[in-house]
Amino acid sequence: MSEVNSSTIAAISTALSESGIGIIRVSGPDAVSVCSNILFDAKGNKVLDSMDASTFRHLYVRDGEESVDECIVLLYRAPHSYTGEDIVEIQCHGGIFLLKKVLDLVIKNGAVHAMPGEFTRRAFLNGKMDLAQAEAVMDLISSRSEAALRASRDQMSGRVSDVIKDLRAKLLYETAYIESAIDDPEHYDLTGYDNHIEEVVKDVSGVIKNLIGSYDSGRFVREGIDTCIAGRPNSGKSSLLNLLTGQDRAIVSDIPGTTRDTIEEYVRLDEILLKLTDTAGIRKTDDPIESIGTRKAMDAASGADLILFMIDASDLLTTDDMEIFSSVYTGKCIIILNKADKTLKIKPKDIYEHFRYSADASLQELSEEEFFDRYPCIIMSASGGQGLDDLKRCIKKLFMSGRINSSSEVVITGLRHKELLMQADESLSNVLECISSGMETDIYTVDLYDAYRSLGLIIGEEIGDDLANEIFSKFCMGK
Amino acid sequence: MRFSPNSVWANKMDLKCNGVEFDMDVAVVGAGHAGCEAALACSRLGLETVVFTVSVDSIALMPCNPNIGGSSKGHLVRELDAMGGEMGKNIDKTFIQSKMLNTSKGPAVHSLRAQADKKDYSVEMRKVLESQEHLTIKQAEVCELLWEEIPSDSKEGTFEKRVTGVKTQTGAVYHAKAVVLCTGVYLNSRCLTGESIVYTGPNGLQAATHLSDSLRAAGINLRRFKTGTPARMDGKTIDFSKMEEQKGDERIVPFSFSTDPDSIQKEQVSCWLTHTNKKTHDIIRANLDRSPIYAGIIEGTGPRYCPSIEDKVVKFAEKESHQVFIEPEGLYTDEMYVDGMSSSLPEDVQLAMYRTVPGLENCKIVRNAYAIEYDCINAKDLYPHLEFKMIKGLFAGGQFNGSSGYEEAAAQGFVAGVNAAMEILGKEFLVLKRSESYIGVLIDDLVTKDNREPYRMMTSRAEYRLLLRQDNADLRLRKYGHKVGLVSDEIYSGVLKKQEMINTEIDRLKEIMLGAGKDVCSYLESMGSSPLSTATSLASLLCRPELDYEKLKPLDPERPDLPKDVIEQVQIEIRYEGYIKRQEKQVREQERLEVKLIPEDIDYDDVSSLRLEARQHLKDFRPVSVGQASRISGVSPADISVLLVYLEKLNRKNLKND
Repeated sequence: MSEVNSSTIAAISTALSESGIGIIRVSGPDAVSVCSNILFDAKGNKVLDSMDASTFRHLYVRDGEESVDECIVLLYRAPHSYTGEDIVEIQCHGGIFLLKKVLDLVIKNGAVHAMPGEFTRRAFLNGKMDLAQAEAVMDLISSRSEAALRASRDQMSGRVSDVIKDLRAKLLYETAYIESAIDDPEHYDLTGYDNHIEEVVKDVSGVIKNLIGSYDSGRFVREGIDTCIAGRPNSGKSSLLNLLTGQDRAIVSDIPGTTRDTIEEYVRLDEILLKLTDTAGIRKTDDPIESIGTRKAMDAASGADLILFMIDASDLLTTDDMEIFSSVYTGKCIIILNKADKTLKIKPKDIYEHFRYSADASLQELSEEEFFDRYPCIIMSASGGQGLDDLKRCIKKLFMSGRINSSSEVVITGLRHKELLMQADESLSNVLECISSGMETDIYTVDLYDAYRSLGLIIGEEIGDDLANEIFSKFCMGK
Repeated sequence: MRFSPNSVWANKMDLKCNGVEFDMDVAVVGAGHAGCEAALACSRLGLETVVFTVSVDSIALMPCNPNIGGSSKGHLVRELDAMGGEMGKNIDKTFIQSKMLNTSKGPAVHSLRAQADKKDYSVEMRKVLESQEHLTIKQAEVCELLWEEIPSDSKEGTFEKRVTGVKTQTGAVYHAKAVVLCTGVYLNSRCLTGESIVYTGPNGLQAATHLSDSLRAAGINLRRFKTGTPARMDGKTIDFSKMEEQKGDERIVPFSFSTDPDSIQKEQVSCWLTHTNKKTHDIIRANLDRSPIYAGIIEGTGPRYCPSIEDKVVKFAEKESHQVFIEPEGLYTDEMYVDGMSSSLPEDVQLAMYRTVPGLENCKIVRNAYAIEYDCINAKDLYPHLEFKMIKGLFAGGQFNGSSGYEEAAAQGFVAGVNAAMEILGKEFLVLKRSESYIGVLIDDLVTKDNREPYRMMTSRAEYRLLLRQDNADLRLRKYGHKVGLVSDEIYSGVLKKQEMINTEIDRLKEIMLGAGKDVCSYLESMGSSPLSTATSLASLLCRPELDYEKLKPLDPERPDLPKDVIEQVQIEIRYEGYIKRQEKQVREQERLEVKLIPEDIDYDDVSSLRLEARQHLKDFRPVSVGQASRISGVSPADISVLLVYLEKLNRKNLKND
């Protein structure tokens, strides 16, 4: 058994794409007991404990009453495993949503997210790898940690990190006040302070719970498929954004060029999260402001995972349409023939005929079927809503077939953030419990400070001497 | 080699300077709170010890506040006492008022504070030193540290420094196997009151002006810290009727576990509370340019936790008033200490400022307030057992290590003294953990953190404070005192017995179940507690805030007759069990890193995957364990992972080579 690890760790150990299966590994002294709470046989019995080492079984993942997935479970007993600890390996169906859900369940039942490179570190420390691999193990740990840290910073939107900073400041202030009163009871009084703290904690906890909720709907972390809506001015891009988000996010008007800048919004299509970018219309123009918008739009389109290319089908195809297609055709692109509520002047066949000659020669070889397999074409009315379901189905199909993907590092970071938020919230509920059971103030400052620490880890801040600094700067102490 | 007064090499050639030479085991430099504990610990362990002071009349002097203890500092004194230190016993002999602080809060933060009769405190401590066998008191300024270079034990072909003794200003040489530096605020000190600067220690005592150079020559880095003290007033000129009286506790609790509480109940003197006001602050603001700190004359770093009144007025400009406590300096004098108004403003400003405070309108200042600047070390140059990393046999304790406060000093002095003795006796060093004592937290913080100001103990610094209560210091630490030889078998077996009684009683209370009978329920209701609905253990009833051990007596006819201190522990352990268990679990997790030692000769440049920042900090601090490394700022969990893998690699290489 490892000398330095008492915790049980878990991670998704396959790439987060729409592959056939995905694997979640759980390692540590409590691996079996943690997993036995979510894995059942067909009759609903817990069977993990009675499984022989180094065997596999067909089991079901359940979240309480709800059946989540069926899976193959492999059980390894210490020391005969990769890490030298007990390992439960859950092979379930692939898909980011499902894997996240199973990992979430494992964490809820007592495992913690593995630190970068931790499985390998444990394997080495438990004598599972030879000396020659030590350097490689150390490099792996440090490079993965750096990457995770970077991802954590990159994926946090400025607004969320401001909210967290604000919560931390409140918690720190209250902790420092109580500590000042303990260290200097003749200057600072705690009479009746419990009521005040209760209010503050409920407040902070409410915000944290919202953040956890917004994590599930994806707004917390900037994950998801980077999706860009591109097209000529007045082709209905903003209408599509509003249709997808179900709100009037962008200003819609009949005047071409209304959207001068890019607008970002998140949209969830079941388990798929889209980070939508609405862009200014793309056309040759002499208006200096509009031309900046056009340039930005081209940038956004070329960097996106998925392009929703809007074409005003009530009008004829223009050279601008050809230009746009020629600059986006190398990426994943869905062509939308918009304004189906009016008379369609463009049919899919016209698209095939014109577009395959507007980019490189390889497209000319494609049959119509092949062309639309690569560039699906949807007829819809963004303002009226017809064709929306077709569009959603089309996006899902692309995602499920693995033709569009999002970065796995980002998903892991998101899960880690959620875990820390939940830890912070648990610390705060300890505070409330402490107050309601009549415990003294000094007992729960520990929890208060723990919540502060957990929130700090989300935005990558060390604690250091924060508390002492706060005490000295906010409260006038002593002699 | 030519003679030069500050050259160590020259002195090595010239050891027999004036012909006076002594062979000692240990030389302790300084007889303040750290020096006294260090000297007593060494001599009590049978080692021939000399303690130097610039003035025998200033042994255990309290040059600043007239009290011992206070929040978290009281814990330090109790812990020190549990291991065989002297401070607790001495304040029990000489206090004139005593108070348990924070009694409205949880037991973990209850803390004792006693006002001392300063003269008595000093005289009583001097008597203890004088009557101690194997201890020599010498009034002399130590000017030089003597050391030699010897071939290293650990690394062949290299040399290491080892201390050989000290030399006094008159040229007398004291050979010693170990030297403990407890120089307090006396090294190159200067006192500032406005434009006036005197080059003395506190209270006009002689400063030590030579030793700093000698320490630098030995390769020790020194830095400047500052602190300050308020004025002392003639009590006859104070109008106490305008102040609020602050009395001591009715029932006095002693500091020392060896003091019989009944023996120290006595008449106490009062302290007095008054406040500064707008006038006071206006005068200070108008004269800030004459403060040596704001004028930039003081270069040393001062403590933020006991700011001067100037600092308070500037940094907390929104506060219109600050509390001021008037405290007696002793029964032997009328002098009163003005707690809350330390200052380095010029004398005329001081007089004007103090006289704006209600009750001080006609005050006469006996001693002016002043700031004091002095040389001290950065304690990261020390091992956790308080020996210098670069000079074997040289130990350090007290304010010299960058701390502040009598209690912090005494605790370190004790540990430094004990470990000097352990080194000579070839025994295991005394290193207390953060999880078992405030002293462990204090020393770990000093040697592991980059402290930029004099370090003061605070309860918030102890992450496991629920375990580190002042009431259980004996249960936590008597064993260490016994192990090093400063606590007798008899006392130690008493503690073991106490622990056993506590455990037995806790078990008993958990086992005895009360049914929801009529008698039980009506009794509970009469105590303002809700009746039972199902069988409940006595222990669970004890957790109810409205009940206590005494109130449960009628429901518990078979209870054994137990001493009061045992009952207290039983009550606390049961009531806070959930929280205590949680902290104990955290301790066990951290412990895994604490026991992983880092070889002294580790080459961090060889650990290529460490981040640059982490590598620099690790090189700088050279932690002894992975646990210590994990607390160094700038070292991330990933760096610790890398370090663990590297250590395992070294470990396996060594196994291969064996």
